[in-house]
Amino acid sequence: MKISTMKELLEADIVCCEDLLNEHVYSACGSDMMSDVLAFVKDQAVLLTGLVNSQVIRTAEMMDMICIVLVRSKLPTPEMIELAKESGIAILTTKKRMYDACGILYTNGLVGNKLRA
Amino acid sequence: MSEQVVFTFDVDGDDFTSAGHASMQVKKNLRQLGIDPDIIRRVSIAMYEGEINMVIHARGGVATVSVSEEYIEIILKDEGPGISDIEQAMQEGFSTAPDNIRTLGFGAGMGLPNMKRYTDYMNIESQVGVGTTITMRVNLE
Ligand SMILES: Nc1ncnc2c1ncn2[C@@H]1O[C@H](COP(=O)(O)OP(=O)(O)O)[C@@H](O)[C@H]1O
Ligand SMILES: [Mg+2]
Repeated sequence: MKISTMKELLEADIVCCEDLLNEHVYSACGSDMMSDVLAFVKDQAVLLTGLVNSQVIRTAEMMDMICIVLVRSKLPTPEMIELAKESGIAILTTKKRMYDACGILYTNGLVGNKLRA
Repeated sequence: MSEQVVFTFDVDGDDFTSAGHASMQVKKNLRQLGIDPDIIRRVSIAMYEGEINMVIHARGGVATVSVSEEYIEIILKDEGPGISDIEQAMQEGFSTAPDNIRTLGFGAGMGLPNMKRYTDYMNIESQVGVGTTITMRVNLE
């Protein structure tokens, strides 16, 4: 799925790294606990979270992810945007809640673990 | 690469926001050295969890990363409260982190197990009231 498609499906705004909109992502994970995200390397490219602090960006960076979706209308801090630009990570913001956002992406083909056809 | 490369960082214990700075820098440095991306990911995740621990449990410390031909070694040294029962601390889900840390996304008791999971060697030396030194290695072969 392209990041631009995620943006449409989630009716999201993109905060930074618009140049990544045409990138394809193949799997995602959703969590507010960063250690859980860090626990399982499965090549997820997208992190959906309701958590807003710099560690969200660092966690994504450590996992080589390229997109973070902030759910429930959360806005990134200036510091997060700065870090995300530095790391080349697109930040999307959506009004949708975690459960709905994950469900929408999942039913449209973005799965939870690595399943490359 | 015949010479050993060493990076050292002071990890600030007062600032949760900047925790992880050293790990990010190490990730950059390892990329410049042309290390395999999977190895870089394992090293940086393990170091990041260790760095977060130094900040939330031990008021900061010093991180040293060295790259030799055989492995990348991370040494995290702090003068925090120490760990009284290492076996218990290593269990998934065990945590003494305060609730405010959990609202920040950490404190699930997965840090030390993650560090073990991603490294080929891990040793914890700790003395209550003196401090903790954690040594981790990821093999380059
Ligand atoms: N550097 C450290 N100094 C003192 N105690 C530590 C240190 N690192 C870990 N611990 C102890 O080990 C426990 C488990 O660590 P960890 O698995 O990373 O979980 P968490 O950080 O989520 O609590 C911590 O809650 C803490 O009691
Ligand atoms: Mg921890």
